[in-house]
Amino acid sequence: MSSFLTSSIGKKFFMSITGFFLMVFLVVHLGINLLLLFDDTGVLFNLGAHFMGTNPIIKIVEPVLALGLILHMLYASYLTITNMMARPVKYKKVNLRDSSTWASRNMFILGSLILIFLVLHIMNFYWKLKVTHTVPSVMVDGVEMENAYEMVAGLFKTSLVYNLLYIAGAIFLGLHLTHGFWSAFQTIGWSGDLWRSRLYLVAKIYAIIIAVGFSIIPLYFIIKF
Amino acid sequence: MAEKILKEIKVQAWKQKNATSKGKFETYTVKDISTDTSFLEMLDILNYQLIEEGKEPIAFDHDCREGICGTCSLYINGRAHGPDDDITTCQLHMRKFKEGETITIEPFRAKSFPVIKDLMVDRHAFEKILYSGGFVSVNTGGVPDGNAIPISYDDAEAAMDAASCIGCGACVATCKNSSAMLFVSAKVSHLARLPQGQVEAARRARAMVAKMDELGFGNCSNTGACEVECPKGISIANIAKLNREYLKAKIAE
Repeated sequence: MSSFLTSSIGKKFFMSITGFFLMVFLVVHLGINLLLLFDDTGVLFNLGAHFMGTNPIIKIVEPVLALGLILHMLYASYLTITNMMARPVKYKKVNLRDSSTWASRNMFILGSLILIFLVLHIMNFYWKLKVTHTVPSVMVDGVEMENAYEMVAGLFKTSLVYNLLYIAGAIFLGLHLTHGFWSAFQTIGWSGDLWRSRLYLVAKIYAIIIAVGFSIIPLYFIIKF
Repeated sequence: MAEKILKEIKVQAWKQKNATSKGKFETYTVKDISTDTSFLEMLDILNYQLIEEGKEPIAFDHDCREGICGTCSLYINGRAHGPDDDITTCQLHMRKFKEGETITIEPFRAKSFPVIKDLMVDRHAFEKILYSGGFVSVNTGGVPDGNAIPISYDDAEAAMDAASCIGCGACVATCKNSSAMLFVSAKVSHLARLPQGQVEAARRARAMVAKMDELGFGNCSNTGACEVECPKGISIANIAKLNREYLKAKIAE
């Protein structure tokens, strides 16, 4: 099995598995975030955030998710470097527009942009909530919890720049997923001539749901407040 | 399509004396080329012209010139085998080019495909991958009766489609990662679908992938460019099949 870990397919296998894990996470994350839209008092979102923050399953999955993300980035960097080394003399003129999509050729660039966004995103919310504990408390149904709604809505209500940055992050993520989603299936071998066209379609739908879903939230705050 | 004459075109081709020397682009002018001329015939005309001028002709790979041998290569105007899908360079015609155009011709570029001279590259790496496992070494007896071994229609078709690979290397040349996955997957998937090849399927997948990695080909990132440029239209469904075969072989190891 040791040669599996160092083989090209083995390394890609880890890209795929960690990718799947991150894609499931995105759906859960989006689901909770959308609660922001349905209750301007913030009670609904605070309950959702409190549930996620205290749920024992989430506590176990959280470090696994962090590890998965780190592995996804490390393998991506390693694979990208070896791929660049596989062609020491570059072509003078390259035209790949007719044969592949832009997103599929620029996954590392898109991933890097998402990483920059992610650092900002963690500094905005997660860091304050989980590390520095600087988020004021609020009482909901007799339970004391962090006022996550005020933290998130507060940022989106006051800063147009942040709203636009979050929309940009969602678009990069969507583009990354148009290729990443189907590619993850192809790498574990779950694809064929029939399944590929299905996966392309589902990948597009999934990417649009994620990109539009995450963009709606800053847009909602821009328009309403 | 009516024949037309391209009065003047420019050819910007890679010139490199030998494997160790540093190459550079040279620009040539070719006059009065019929649009019915094949791309390689245009290069022949240019080479005759160069010989008459006492200059060294451009070296390029070619053999059958009927699209079946996989010897011709060339990366033309940014695409492996030039601006058309599902063809080899010898099947490319000058009607795909415009009057006065500068055509850029480069050799297939990959660490595993070193340039020998000008536009000729050494594609021996593909043979090395084949030697590592692209064959059937079990005894399969004499020629069996036509339909004595039951093989499903779908498997027979898929195996034949994969077997049509001519090993030209366009997949590697066009891949942004110089990956040989389409070539390797065509061989693995072709043999794994047939009873004679299934016996050694696991060993073959392990050996061929290990050899491919060892030779310095890049990692497949599923862009799908290879199947578009493949003269035989080999599907990347074969790559999914190779991934399955490899994972299965490694789990069983």
